[in-house]
Order: sequence, then C-alpha cells, then structure tokens
Amino acid sequence: MRFVLRKAGFYVVALWAALTLNFLIPRLMPGNPVDIMLSKLATKGPVTPATRDAIEAMLGTDTDASLWSQYVGYLQALAHGDLGTSVAFFPAGVGQVIGQTLPWTVGLIGLSTVVSFVLGVGLGMFAGWRRGSFVDNLVPAATMLQSVPYFWLALLLLFLLGSVWPVFPLSHGYDVYTFAGPEPTWAFVSSVIYHGTLPALTIVVSSVGGWMLGMRNMMVSTLAEDYLVTAEAKGLRPRRIRFAYAARNAVLPSLSGFAISLGFVVAGSIVTEAVFSYPGIGSALLMAVNSNDYALMQGVFLVITLSVLGANLLVDLLYGVIDPRTRARS
Amino acid sequence: MTATTAGRPVVGTHPVLEIEDFSVTYLVDPPVPAVQHVDLVLRRGEILGLAGESGCGKSTLAYGVTRLLKPPAAITSGRALFHSREGYAVDLSSLHGEDLRAFRWDKVAMVFQGAMNSLNPVLTIRSQLEDVFTTHRPQMSRAERRARCGELLERVGVDAARLGAYPHELSGGMRQRVMIAMALALEPQVLVMDEPTTALDVVVQREILREITRLRAELGFAVVFITHDLPLLLEISDRIAVMRAGRIVEQADAVTLYTDPQHPYTRRLLASFPSLTGDRGDFVRASDADLADELLEETVQVVADDDPAAGTSEEETA
Amino acid sequence: MAITTQDPALAAEEAVEASSGRRRRSLPPMTLKLGVGLTVAGAIVLFGLVGPLVVGDPSAVSDIGLSPPGPGHPLGTTQTGQDVLAQLAYATRGSLTIGFVVGALTLALSAFFGVVGTFVGGWVDEAFSLFSNIMLVLPGLPLVIVISSYVPQKSVWLVAVVLAITSWAGSARVLRGYTLSLRNRDYVLASRVADERGWRILAVEILPNLVPILASQVVFAVIFAILGEAGLSFLGLGASGSFTWGTMLYYAQNGLALRLGAWWWFVPPGLLLALFGAALSLVNFSIDEIINPKLRAQTRSQRKRWRMTREQLHDADEVTA
Repeated sequence: MRFVLRKAGFYVVALWAALTLNFLIPRLMPGNPVDIMLSKLATKGPVTPATRDAIEAMLGTDTDASLWSQYVGYLQALAHGDLGTSVAFFPAGVGQVIGQTLPWTVGLIGLSTVVSFVLGVGLGMFAGWRRGSFVDNLVPAATMLQSVPYFWLALLLLFLLGSVWPVFPLSHGYDVYTFAGPEPTWAFVSSVIYHGTLPALTIVVSSVGGWMLGMRNMMVSTLAEDYLVTAEAKGLRPRRIRFAYAARNAVLPSLSGFAISLGFVVAGSIVTEAVFSYPGIGSALLMAVNSNDYALMQGVFLVITLSVLGANLLVDLLYGVIDPRTRARS
Repeated sequence: MTATTAGRPVVGTHPVLEIEDFSVTYLVDPPVPAVQHVDLVLRRGEILGLAGESGCGKSTLAYGVTRLLKPPAAITSGRALFHSREGYAVDLSSLHGEDLRAFRWDKVAMVFQGAMNSLNPVLTIRSQLEDVFTTHRPQMSRAERRARCGELLERVGVDAARLGAYPHELSGGMRQRVMIAMALALEPQVLVMDEPTTALDVVVQREILREITRLRAELGFAVVFITHDLPLLLEISDRIAVMRAGRIVEQADAVTLYTDPQHPYTRRLLASFPSLTGDRGDFVRASDADLADELLEETVQVVADDDPAAGTSEEETA
Repeated sequence: MAITTQDPALAAEEAVEASSGRRRRSLPPMTLKLGVGLTVAGAIVLFGLVGPLVVGDPSAVSDIGLSPPGPGHPLGTTQTGQDVLAQLAYATRGSLTIGFVVGALTLALSAFFGVVGTFVGGWVDEAFSLFSNIMLVLPGLPLVIVISSYVPQKSVWLVAVVLAITSWAGSARVLRGYTLSLRNRDYVLASRVADERGWRILAVEILPNLVPILASQVVFAVIFAILGEAGLSFLGLGASGSFTWGTMLYYAQNGLALRLGAWWWFVPPGLLLALFGAALSLVNFSIDEIINPKLRAQTRSQRKRWRMTREQLHDADEVTA
C-alpha cells in the first residue's frame, strides 16, 4: 500500500509541475499572446468582457494582479474543468474539441504501442532463448529499422502502400466522403479499421525492433544467472523455465522502458497524425499552433500530460506487481 | 582438530555413482582442460568430500557429471554411471531430452553455492518448491503438494509459514535451508552440494551442516560435498578426494587423510589452515622448506582405501 | 527508438566488475560493427563539411520544375527547380550542426544533474533525482511545441536549447544509476577517508570509469537531437532560417512529392537521416559490449570461434532446448 501511495504521490507532484509550467510559459515568453488571441477571436465575433477575463486568467497580462493570485485563479478555473474557448474550432469549447479527438488517438496509438511492445518482447524472448539461432538474423534488420526516423518510415510506407500499390487509404480516420461523422454502424467501424491499419503498421514496424533488441539482450543476461542453472538442474520443463524463470525476470527493464517510452509515443502520435491527417489530439495541437489558438494548445498539453502521467503510474504499479522486490525497496 | 567420534551411520560399499576417466575441456582457442581423467566412486549413503583450491575444477566436475555444462565447456572423455537403488545402472551421458529432464532432481539433486542468487527472485518459495512436484509428480493433488512443501520446510528447520515469502525476504541461512529442502523434495539418492555454506557465517554454517548430517542419517542419501574448506570436510565426510589442476591427487577416508597424508599437495593444503591450538604466530611463520615445488609436480593419484570391488566387509569409521 | 532497457544499477555493477581494477581499456576493440559504424558516420560528416563547398546554390530556382535525376542534377530537382543534391549537402550540414550542439548541451545537463548531484549526495541528490524524474515523465515533444509556438521567429539557438531541455532527463537517470554504484566502491570510499577534495575524487576516480557510458549517452543524445529537430522541422516548427533534413522533408511533403512520385526528393534526406542514426547505433552497440561483457560472450562471432563440433554444441545447448 505504501508503494502505491508513494508512486501516486510522485505523479501528483509531476502533474503539479506540468500545470505550473503551463501557467508560466506564456508569461515568460516574449510577445503578448493575449492580444494575439483576442484579435483572432475578434475576427469570429464580438468578444465579451467575460471572455477577455478568461483569456487573461489563462495566459496572463501585465495587470496589477500579482503572479500568485493569477496562479490561484488559473488553478481554480482548471478545477472547474474550464479550459476556455477554442479559436481554431470556434465556437466549440476546448473541452469539446479534446473530447472529440482524444478517443481517436488513444485508440490508434494506444493499441499500436501495446501490440508493438508485446510482439517485440515476444520476439526478443525467442531470440534470446535460442542463442545463435535463425531468429538472431532478425537482429541486424531490427537494428537498422530502429534508426530509421519514424516520420520518414511513415512517409515511405504511405508512398509504397498508398500511392504505388494503393492498398490503403492515404489519409483521415475514416472515409470522410461517405460518413458525415462517427456512427455506430458496422460499415463505419470497418472504415475506421481500414483507415487505421496503415498508421498502426508504421508505428509497429518502427518500434518493434527496439523492444526486441532490449528483451533479447536481457534474456541473454538473465540466462546466465544462477537461478536459471537451478531451474535446469531441477529438471523443469523448458516452457516453465523460459517463462516463469527467464522471461519474467528479463522483461523487467523493458517494462520500465515502456513507461519511459510512453512520452515518446505521444510525440510520435503527433507526427503520425500529421502524416496521415488522422483526426486525433495531435492534429488538434498542430492546428492550434498554426492558428495561435493558445487556449486549445494549453488544453491539449494538459490532457496529453495527464494521459502520459496516468499511463506511467499504471505501468509503475504493474511493475510492482511483477517484481516483488520493488515493493520491498520503497 | 579431532575427527568426531559421534556415531556415523553405516556406509555401504556398493557404489551409487561411478565416475570413470572423466574429462571436461573448454573448447576455446587454445583449449583449456578443466577436468582431466578423474576416477571417483561415491558409495551409497556416504559423504564424499571434494576439496581443492579455487579453479581446480571441482565445480566443473560436478556440473559435468550432472550435465549442466554450458558451451564452450564439453565432456571430452569418460562417463558417469549411476546405480539406482532399484538395481539398474544409467550412463548419465546417454540421457537426452525428456529422459534427462525426468532423471534430474529425482535421482540426483544439487545444492548450489551462494543461494543469494540461486532462487528465482520473482516467485514465492512455495511456487519454487511446488514446481518440482508439478513437473515430476503430476499425479499429486494440490492439497498433497501444499502439505508436502510445508513438511519439507519444517524438516530443514524453517517455519512453514514462510512459504508465501519471496527470496529477498529471507536471510542467507534460511535461503540455504530452502535450497536443501528443495533438493530433498523428491528424495534423491545423491545430493551434490557445491560450496553450500561458503557464503554463510560460521554459526549458521554449523547449523546447516548439522541438518545435512541429520537428514543424511534419516534418509540415507549419498552426498558429494564440494568445498575449499578442508577442515570442514574432515569434520563431516566419510571419505575425501583432493583435487588439483583438474586431477584427483589423493583419495582416502577422512581420518587417514588427516593423520597420514600421502601427497605433498595434500600436506600443503592441511598446513594452510591456522590451528586453534599451538602458539600464536606459528601459522604465519611456518616455512614450506619441506614442500619443494618439484614434489608438487607429481600428479600421481594415490588411493588409500580398499578397492570396493574387492568386496571387503562394511567398514565402520570411527 | 534506441532506449536502453538495461537496468542502470545492474549494468553499473557489471561494468565496474568488468574493469580489472580502477582503470580499464578506454577504446573499444575494432570489430566489423564498429568499423562500419564509424565509416558511415564519418562519410556523412564529411559530406556535410565539404559538400556545401562544392555543390551549387541550393536555393537557385529554375524553370525545369520537378524533374528526376539526370544530367546536371544527380538527384533531380524540386518543384521549383532547385537542385536536390545541393539542398542535401546544406541540409546535412544544418542537421549535423544542430545535432552536435544539442548533444553537447544535453551531455552537460545530464552530467550535471546525474553525476554531480548523485555524487554530492544528501538532499541535493534527492532533489536532482526528483527533478530528473519529473522532467523525464513530462512529454517532450508537446512541451517543445508549446514553448516554441509562443515565439514566431525561432532562432537556431532557441530550438537547440529547448530540445536539450527536454531530452537530458533520460541520460541523467542512466548516469545516476552508474554513479550511485561507483560512489560506494571501495576506492572511492578510501579516497574520502583520505580526505581528498570532492571534485578531485569526481575527476580522478569516478569520471574515467564513466567514460564509456558517457560516450554512449552522447551518441544517444546526438541521435535524438537530430531526430527531434528533424521532426520539428517536418511539422513546420523548426528554427526559421535553418535548413536541415527535416526542413527538406517538410518542403517535400508540402510540394506533394509523395503524390507526384518524386522519390528523389524525399528519399535522400530521410535515407541520410536513417544511415547516420544506424551508424551511430552501431557505434553504441560496440560501446555497449564493453559496458556489458556478458553480451560479448554470446555474439555469433564469439560462438564461431569455439572449437566444438555441431554435435557437442547441440548436446550442450540441449539443456535449454
């Protein structure tokens, strides 16, 4: 229990740090984001004093209100779930935009990452178990793939499988010409799957190599441990040795690496959505940047951070379950 | 140091393990011979001590006999013959795959050095004890397995409540006891112990040794006890083999080895341990004038006990 | 992504044990992997240094428009008739420059927070460690995007600093693991007892042992920096006025190179990016083999050197079949 509390505590601190960063950055940067935003908003319609106040609370002005009281106001607004109004998607609120785009990202990126991890660790386990076997031949290929920058690989695959051999659609999350919006029909779902396969494929192909290599190296290390010799001497079935003795110990660093990589997953998602014009939260962020929609930008940053922190916490707890020593250490 | 006179169980003359002309070489470039042409006989129910300094090949011999060697080590000559209680003999190098796996632990079990790392850190003690049964005795019911594991722990002096613990929660001494319990799970006929007490403090060491001798008396298994600690072997073994540079230089029963060592290396080994009696500083000042290096080049295997095949009556070593 | 999945503390233990005594062999043995890695990386660096001096003007537009490789333009031209090869040379220089600058900054930051903080110990260590963990867990690219979006005209230095700020945390954690292990080594404790000054112990005892891992982290940092910058530029958020592989890809994407099948435009920059990354990864693997000797013993080339027959090998491997 102490373990859980300690971990949760850390993430609360991290969240607080993220919120504070979000608060400080617009106030530290040169230029006046408030004016920019207001002028953008004005093009869409009259700006009420309430809106002006809200934006000032969010982005800061050089009024007499002290930094501290601005900070408190900012946190209060957040606590009410008020993220402001979006400029790029006017008149939709930021919360609404995020609500519409987040599921796409979580679905595509989350699923692909998990598949990639499981596949990579599985392959790595086999490669490490049978040293000097044919699976080892995959290793140099995996190394090469690992160094290929993700977005270039995505472009390449898009080119090959979208243009040269038109197997997959070139963009979007679903067929925008047929469907006006999400609907609970099988046709829609299959369109989603069809459109999501290529982006998912690029994610899996680019990251599976890393997991495989890491797991393989750890398997090789673990197989040299004393308790593996004990397991063999006990005459246990190879299957039991491989899973309960070798893999379960070898996967630990990969698992903690997975937690770290979640941050990169999010970064990757932004690029994926850019390349494939996928309607996720990364696209929203980019659109926000391009139209100086600071409210949306801050909102997206917050949500992304929250997701990453949450996922990290989950993985940390999972790690604690698999490796009983961590619970004792804390 | 006196050989104990506590009653030793009757040691049979029939061999349970015969090692003939056994050699293990590390097949690298150039090849490194680790064990060279070793002949050793382990009799039923006896404790055979295998002594020697680090790197002399005693562990390699044990791993070779039990087929646990890793490449590039390989058995380059000889064989190990196991004579089962039921009357048949098995050439250990002829076992492969499923047969080898089934043989392991059931007839010959091992206790390794440094139980710090010999237990799987992520599994409970219960899980590690039970998987021996699920593998080798699949017909046992769950309740029987549980009960048996509890029994095993109690027998080595560990509270059965510790079954749910993880290895890192136990002390060194307890872990070693768990290893011993695990080794005895299937009631093997031979127990190979590789430096089982080296990493423990002397008090715990003594307790562990008492457990071993007590269990041996109860269950009647034979033990190959590998260690560099010769005085320890003098205490508990029936016979001792001294190993050096991959060869057995002397084999004799414990008392004879202590009172009348034949080989210069054995004498040197014995002289290398400080005595609890005598004047202070004797040990450090002792010269090896009479242990000239030329003598140490001799690698003649001196066997001082009777040839078991000659069928002498059972000895009582006292 | 090349993520070190080895537990840093464990790796540190092995590393320090592998070194016989306090000094270890400082250069990795030349293997095929290392040779190939250094050669390819060196060739690209050379191209970046010398290329811009020999090729034509990358921004000179011409009427040719989009054209495949041919006479006068070995790598074809862009949509506005600009020579792709010339652009590639300048892009290489741009990317490498940013890569090395950010690499150096990242190294400095991670060494400070990872090594110095850990060595000093006490609350400083706790604070630095907490800080590193938080920075590690906050998502990097969004942070970079957010920071740099408030500044419309981004200088190269701003982008470099922002990239460095968001990528030092991973290295710091690895370095911390190693330093923790070294800090408790006997010879360090001995130096402390002998009342050697802190920074001297750091410089003389600890840093030399950290050289391989520092080298490995620098290589990682450079790879990440180049990839990160390329990603930013590709999204159109790179430094204004800079020209890198990422920028080329950004223009290629905007010029619909993909739809028009203009592979000569978007393949070369990405290819160089991949090759450079792969070459540096190979170098890193060689360094890894020093750090973790257990890996060394199990490579195929090592196994080939054993004088065992197939049968013996089969028998020996059987136990883990």
